[in-house]
Amino acid sequence: MVPLSDFLVVGAALFSIGIVGLFLNRKNVITILMCIELMLLAVNINFTAFSHFLGNLDGQIMVFFVLTVAAAEVAVGLAILVAYYRQRRSIAVEDINTLQG
Amino acid sequence: MLETGFFYLFGGLAVLSALGVIISNNTMYSVMWLILCFFNASGLFFLLDAEFLGVVLVLIYVGAVMVLFMFVIMMLEVNRAVKREGWLQYLPVGGMIALILFIELVAASTSGIFGSEKMAMMAHYGSEVNNTVEIGKVLYTEFLLGFEIAAIILLVALVGAIVLTIRERKDAKYQNISEQVKVRKEERLRKVSM
Repeated sequence: MVPLSDFLVVGAALFSIGIVGLFLNRKNVITILMCIELMLLAVNINFTAFSHFLGNLDGQIMVFFVLTVAAAEVAVGLAILVAYYRQRRSIAVEDINTLQG
Repeated sequence: MLETGFFYLFGGLAVLSALGVIISNNTMYSVMWLILCFFNASGLFFLLDAEFLGVVLVLIYVGAVMVLFMFVIMMLEVNRAVKREGWLQYLPVGGMIALILFIELVAASTSGIFGSEKMAMMAHYGSEVNNTVEIGKVLYTEFLLGFEIAAIILLVALVGAIVLTIRERKDAKYQNISEQVKVRKEERLRKVSM
């Protein structure tokens, strides 16, 4: 059986890569959303690993809820993007500052 | 031994494809890399005896969420439009934050607190334990409120996405249902004496 710490290291690596992606791709909203998905995936791996090694199913239930919220977030986020693109013909992040007045 | 090999295969491929997500220039390639990442994470879930979540990850993420991403990317034509200018400018600070976080997380997880000898579960469940049945038992009893709230969140997201993206066309003919229901016989029917 692979030890728990190995799974935690994989989760840590995925989470860190998601953070680097947020910094590198701050011009592209879609890539930012994908990086958020990566970080949620890392959290899910940690939840599942702890759930298995503690012999408790609650972690897997939490993964289920995280999946739900992530799906809802992506649906609403992409809908906002589509609505914004219709208004402005662009989704570049630096153009999304009209609320600054 | 075989299991350790599969763990390194799935974990390594997941990390590599996550790097592909943030490095590739084309947004569509990023989506493809993310799909590979989700497949490998699903493999990790299977190694952790979480078969239901592994299947659900493939169904929901690969089958629905990533397809939604692809649709939006193709609809918005942002494939080549968004070029990544000045991304090296953010690399030092972002890389440093992520590196520090990674080192901290690895130090915490390999410090021995989470060693296998301290954990309740050391081996795999036998084939008599059905992961889906166990999750169903807990989900519909102990976590029923959370389950209902998750359902409401999904409903709100569904309605919200439709409301945000719906567009009334001026040139198309729409049904006006309240007008149809309110109509009286006198408005439509005219008696003529022959």
